[in-house]
Amino acid sequence: MEFQEYLRVERLPHVWCPGCGHGMITHALACALAELELDPRQTAVIGGIGCSGRAAFLFDMDAMHTTHGCAVVFATGLKLVRPTLTVVLTLGDGDAIGIGGNHFIHACRRNVDLTAIIYNNSIYGQTGGQVAPTTPVHRKSTTSPYGNLEHPFDIARLAIAAGATYVARTTSFDFPDMIKYIKRGIAHKGFSVIEVLTHCPTYYGRLNDLRDPYEMLHTMKEQTVPIEEWAQLTEEEREGKIVIGELHRQERPEFVESYYELIAQMRDGH
Amino acid sequence: MREQELVQGNEACARGAIYAGCRFFAGYPITPSSEIMEYLARELPKVGGVCLQMEDEIASISAVIGASWGGAKAMTATSGPGFSLMQESIGYAAITETPCVIVDAQRGGPSTGQPTKVSQGDVMQARWGTHGDHPIIVLTASWVREVFEMTVHAFNLAEKYRVPVILLLDEVLAHLRENVILPEPGELEVISRRHPDRLEDFRPFADETFCAFGEGGRVMVTGMSHDELGFPAQGKKAAEQLQRILMKIESRTEELALYGAHFLDDADAVIISYGITSRAVEEAVRLLRADGLAVGWLDLKTLWPFPDKLVRSCTEHAHYVLVPELNWGQLVREVERVVGGRAPVEHLGRLDGYLITPEEIARRVQDRVQCGA
Repeated sequence: MEFQEYLRVERLPHVWCPGCGHGMITHALACALAELELDPRQTAVIGGIGCSGRAAFLFDMDAMHTTHGCAVVFATGLKLVRPTLTVVLTLGDGDAIGIGGNHFIHACRRNVDLTAIIYNNSIYGQTGGQVAPTTPVHRKSTTSPYGNLEHPFDIARLAIAAGATYVARTTSFDFPDMIKYIKRGIAHKGFSVIEVLTHCPTYYGRLNDLRDPYEMLHTMKEQTVPIEEWAQLTEEEREGKIVIGELHRQERPEFVESYYELIAQMRDGH
Repeated sequence: MREQELVQGNEACARGAIYAGCRFFAGYPITPSSEIMEYLARELPKVGGVCLQMEDEIASISAVIGASWGGAKAMTATSGPGFSLMQESIGYAAITETPCVIVDAQRGGPSTGQPTKVSQGDVMQARWGTHGDHPIIVLTASWVREVFEMTVHAFNLAEKYRVPVILLLDEVLAHLRENVILPEPGELEVISRRHPDRLEDFRPFADETFCAFGEGGRVMVTGMSHDELGFPAQGKKAAEQLQRILMKIESRTEELALYGAHFLDDADAVIISYGITSRAVEEAVRLLRADGLAVGWLDLKTLWPFPDKLVRSCTEHAHYVLVPELNWGQLVREVERVVGGRAPVEHLGRLDGYLITPEEIARRVQDRVQCGA
């Protein structure tokens, strides 16, 4: 199947602003599903609330647009009663680690076979550009008009520390890498996190003198360093840079499989 | 001859859930409901089901909704503070027409309140806890065997009407152990959601037909106001859809009303009660009748939708109506509304975490009736 066949093309154009990176990530997800030749009837996309959550409406399969921060727990319930379903999450940064932070770290710890794609644009876009737990320090938003005084979460590092078993980070600039990591995340048995740094020209850009989407994409390219080169950098050289690539991979019993082993044992009367 | 067994209210609830076909439970420990999850953690895997302890009650109800869309009959159980946390997702279940059961073993509130003491303080929250107009069914029980039966009934209604159903228990009933003979398989009716006959042109939000994820329905589920296909809608379309899901319950108010009607034919005074307080009322009515007072009793099992017609007809000839409940006055407001000034309606409440006694109720009725209220 072609990637278009995984999308409800009749629902296009999407709701995102001109120049937004979310369409590119969603495009990459559709390509990944197509390249994996997944059966759309056995695949589900679960989105949260926010710009990223709207991706769920675009996939031509069972899909759910959940409450804010809770996509990962809706998906946990779903996956436990439908273990054969491939379940992909489209989360925003605020959704995943702001309001949903507790659910997110527990999903990492539980290691349910879900693939979370985190559209990280460093801001609350849908509500009008408020500061996020991912907004870099000193950066402006509508609720940090004098510059952000808080320090942001590093989502990928948080996921690794909390126990996610596949963690990769890339940018919406790196289209082939997005597809590659999403495919590997889905193929990996366990909780996979693919953090995609992306740009919000409408709010983040306008408020931080980065109005041009193309310029924003380039800034991301310049700010990021592939993990292969990261080791060679000194602490000083790493300042202000973000490491990207396949950051973590670990084999650990997957929760749904473990639970069904328990069920099999209990049914045999052990 | 089947033997009686000593069963706790919470255990009866858990066993009723399995009987009804519940195969997914998610919860978070909280007094006085924790034994429900403890029992299901032991027993669900034996019948192929899943019991998860989540990170909080928001996660619990959300996982339940996800599991229900996976096709499983699903339940969570909690008490006041957890019930408060669940409210947003209960609204999600209502607007997405997700069958699920939420058990709230009420304790003294607000906030942490009196965790080990009894209350009936969540009656209004059960109806209006989530924001916006929404359909909901709220049941209650007074006896351990009835907890089992009402849990089964809660699942049946949730499945039949695609609606969240709340079962209001309380601390005393949850922890009470009674000698009971619980229903055998086949004794109670068990209803499951209706699946579409064909998927072609299937509209997942047109009626009570339900297509689970993985069954080929390409179902779009959202908490946004939506059309019959599940896609965001505004204005007239949104209003029509909301009206449909409100009316599917409201229009069935009379058939949803479960109750016990006792000595109402000649009653001058009528007591209206529900849940644990009904046990005291039963004894109070016995005492009052022995004294020669014409007292009747309406024992409500369905609290919401509130059975207006039933309450109106039961109080039509009454000169006095008493509503004892373990709160500052909640269901009594509905009774007042329905009675509409035809007779004085009084509330008898307690906030100290102890039950209202039969003597308190009998004394109040005697005082009022003898004063010629």
